[in-house]
Parts: sequence; structure tokens; C-alpha cells
Amino acid sequence: MNLPEIARQLELENLYSDYAACLDSDAIEHWPDFFVEDCLYRITSAENYEADLPLGLIYATSRAMLKDRVSALRRANIYEPQRYRHLIANIRIQRDDVDALEVAANFLVVRTMQDGDMTLFAAGRYLDSVVRGVAGWHFAKKTVILDSRQIDTLLALPL
Amino acid sequence: MEQQALTWPKEGNARVPYRVFVDPDLYQTELDRIFLGANWQYLALANELPEPGDYKTSFLGETPIIVTRGDDGEIHAMVNRCAHRGNLVCLKARGHTTDGLTCVYHSWRYDLSGNLQSVAFRRGVGGKGGMPDSFRPEAHGLQRVRTDQFAGLVFGTLSPEAPPFSDYIGNLIGSHIGRVMRGKPKILGTTSQILHNNWKLYFENVKDTYHASLLHSFFTTFRVSRLTNKGGVGIADNGAHHFSYTYGGQGADQATSDAAYANIQSLHADYRLEDPRFLDSVDEIGDGITIQILSVFPNFVLQQIHNSIVLRLVLPKGPDKTELQWTYIGFEDDDAAMTERRLQQANLVGPAGYVSMEDGAVGGFIQRAIKGGEAECSVLEMGGFDHASQDTRTTEASVRGFWQAYRQTMGL
Repeated sequence: MNLPEIARQLELENLYSDYAACLDSDAIEHWPDFFVEDCLYRITSAENYEADLPLGLIYATSRAMLKDRVSALRRANIYEPQRYRHLIANIRIQRDDVDALEVAANFLVVRTMQDGDMTLFAAGRYLDSVVRGVAGWHFAKKTVILDSRQIDTLLALPL
Repeated sequence: MEQQALTWPKEGNARVPYRVFVDPDLYQTELDRIFLGANWQYLALANELPEPGDYKTSFLGETPIIVTRGDDGEIHAMVNRCAHRGNLVCLKARGHTTDGLTCVYHSWRYDLSGNLQSVAFRRGVGGKGGMPDSFRPEAHGLQRVRTDQFAGLVFGTLSPEAPPFSDYIGNLIGSHIGRVMRGKPKILGTTSQILHNNWKLYFENVKDTYHASLLHSFFTTFRVSRLTNKGGVGIADNGAHHFSYTYGGQGADQATSDAAYANIQSLHADYRLEDPRFLDSVDEIGDGITIQILSVFPNFVLQQIHNSIVLRLVLPKGPDKTELQWTYIGFEDDDAAMTERRLQQANLVGPAGYVSMEDGAVGGFIQRAIKGGEAECSVLEMGGFDHASQDTRTTEASVRGFWQAYRQTMGL
């Protein structure tokens, strides 16, 4: 790795750390800011992904749709108070195109409910397309691939 | 402590003792009489197993089942339990086999309809050991499951007494399955949810037309569905199966509708979507019904919410645990725009669905709340006391229908 590559790797580490901090600190209003305007965000399972099935448990084709998801979570949907703790690691550039990087990363998410009940809620990987704009790195595409097909109770907050 | 036998309250189907959601003995009886009894349960889409040798696994209640496409081109189903020592024969959720089904434990091999084909070392080694001469392979096949098909859906039952599926559901329910399942289905994806509640609490929720626009504020706010829209419930005579339907448009004029909901927490009049494209829908069936939720006793749901078409299977996993499996479908002749529409509208349903995530939690809330109140009852009097079809959704008639069929089956 040369120095510019090391710098870029650190920038990506920061991007994912900031992303995790946003979701884990009840700041989901800022979650859409990590994406470009015509982004693609999709949560699926490894089973669907490997069978090439297009379903998304959450499927958004614009940043505005992510904003709608946030306002629905804040104002329309009903779910018990809960928090996530994302651990994101193994951040790896899979392909380096001129205008975008394809980045893979692993995640574990622990969900803690208001009564203290704590579960390993989600494990899987991100397959992302990351672009650099004037304001730093953003996600053009984020595919969240859950290792398990099962969701415990419900999936409210984004991953 | 020995529990007293359950006596159903004198109010009949308008009361449900909370004990039915917690009692482990009743749960065992349900597995036996309902899930292993004369009731058809969804197993597969016929065309998800297109080639001879294709197989998938499913359940009748908690009992594991194998569904295959046989060499004869027909669908077969068997209990997934080796006739030798009871081991699981199929370990993978789905797959394809070219040499039948072989149990990993002792290599007993079955054909695709469950006939025992060979027993490893049946003749022993060097004249020693092996099976006695009296052993008859034809008497040791996998236990057969009856199957029947309707509109591309495969159902199974272990009971020889269940009538053919079309008689089991009747014409009314059958025509409303056919209304949705018009083409050759194509799976868009699957997911599953673990619910921390008794299976019946979820099935009550499916049949409960009263809650939809109250619990699910998304529906109300965007006028996707309100009780002021024209609609109703159709219920099989024996109460077992149902469908609810909602017509699009405003039903009542918007001001009247807003007034009816003025004091209800689920209405946020000022709430607007920034990108409502995901709600763009077309009347693909052409009859103006935008939402139809249909159930087949005991545990199958066919959902049409606009262009989102999903099969749901409710699997009991213990008195207070349920797996809810979702299979999202389109049809072979969908164009790219229709597929995209179905994917967008999938945001409404499933574990993260704008109008269904609450259903994943509300059964668990009840399961927690009824602790210590097992002798008490829920009250089901909206729309009266019977379980006849009604041209309103402000009713609990189809929930009462479920309990009618449940009590009939359980002898309660």
C-alpha cells in the first residue's frame, strides 16, 4: 500500500465509523446524508442474494425515500424503544473504478431493548459502491446482506 | 399442578380465554388435531419445483416435510423422517437430487415419492449380519403426505379425511384466491420473522380488519386504507377461512373521512412523503379492489396490497413462539416496470414494512400482558356476535369465524 492508498483506506474506515455512530446514537435524521441523491439502498438475505432474487426488506431508490423511512420511523411506525450497536470491520476495496469504489465490509449489530434484553440481532456484510464528492465519500449503492433469513420481531431502525 | 379442562365462556366466539395462548397441553393438542389433522396447509408453489428431482422442505405444524417433483412429473410430499431411526432425510432447505433421497445416518435411500429403494448392507457382510429375510422394504417408506393444488399453490395434509382442497375452502374463498393468482407465479424473494407470541395471536391479527388503520398509522396518514373506504369481509360458512377487501379511492369524501379519524392517534394530516413513487400502483386485476387479505385455516395467508402479492405461512414453534414465513411473488408475464413496482411496494410489508412491522410486535405485547390473566378473556363484539360475511371492515366477524373453526376442531 502506498501513502495515497493508506490515506484512502483511513478515509473509508472513517466513513463506516461515522455511519455506525449515526445509526447507534439515535441520529437517524442524518442517515440519508451518507448517500448520494439517486442512491440505491437495499436490505436482503444471503439466501435471496445468492439465488439472485431482487427482493429488498427495505428498498429505496433515492435519498428522499431514505428520508421518508426516517420520518415514518419517527412519526408513523410503532415499535419499542431500542438501540443498535454496529461493529463494522474487514473493510476491503473489491474494485477500484475511476468514478467509484466497490467496498465490502462485515457487520455485527447487537440490539438492546428498553428492558435490557440484548440479542445479536444481525450479522452480515455490506456490498457498497462508494463515490467521492466535494463533501467527502458517500454511498451510491448499499446492499445489506444478512447472513440469516430470520428477523427477530421486526426490523425498524436501518442497518 | 393439574389444570382443569378448559370450558369455553358462555358468550361463545365473542370471548377468547387468554389461556389458549399459553397452555402447553392445549398447544400439543393443536399440533395433533389442527396441524396433523384434516386441515390443508401451504407447502410450496408448484412451479418453484419445475424439474424432476427438485425438492424443498417445509412443515405441517412442527413436523418436517419434504416436497418433491417426482420422476413422474408430479408433486409429492412426505414426512422428513427416515423410516429407520427417525433421522432428517433432507438437510437442505431446497435443492436438486439425481439419485433420490438418502438418509445420511445409515444410507437408506428413497425415491422421490418416498418408497424405500435400498438399505445399506441389507444382506450383511460375508454372510453375517444384515436384515432378516422377513424385512419388507415396501413397508418402510417415508410417511406420505396428501397433496392437492389450487391456482399454482400446493397444500398438504396427513389426514385421509380432509375433503379435496377446493371443497375445503369452498367457492367464495376459491374465487378470491383465483382473483390474485392469475398467472404463473415467480418468486421475488423470501424472508421470515420470529414472533414471540402464540401462532393464534398472529392469525387473529390477519383476520382483524378493525385494527389495520388504527395500529398502522402509515395506512391512515397516506389514505392507503381507512375504514371509511368501501370494503368488507367474506367468510366461509364454517368460519374457517376469510378474505377482507378494500376498494381504492376515497370511499367517503376526504373531509368526512378525516373527521372520522380526527381524534385517533394514527392520523398525521401534515405528514407528506418526499418521494411517494413507491406507492405508485396499477389496478392489475381491474376490479378496483386495492387490498385483499385472505386466510385459509389454519395458517396460510394470501396478501394483495396494491401490487404487492405475498404468501405468508404461520408456523407454530412452541406455545409462545411463531415463525412467520413470507414469499413475495410476481408473475412470469410481469414487465420490468411491474417487477419494480412490486419491489417498491414490498416496503409496505414484511418485518420492516411500513404497514406491517407493528404486527410483528403486537402479538408479543399481548403475550406479555396476559401473564397472570390466563383466566380472563378477550372481547370480540365489533360487528355483533356471529361470523357471517359483512360489507364493512369495522367488525371482528372473521376473527370470531377463526374461533368457531378452532373450537370445532379442538372440541372446545
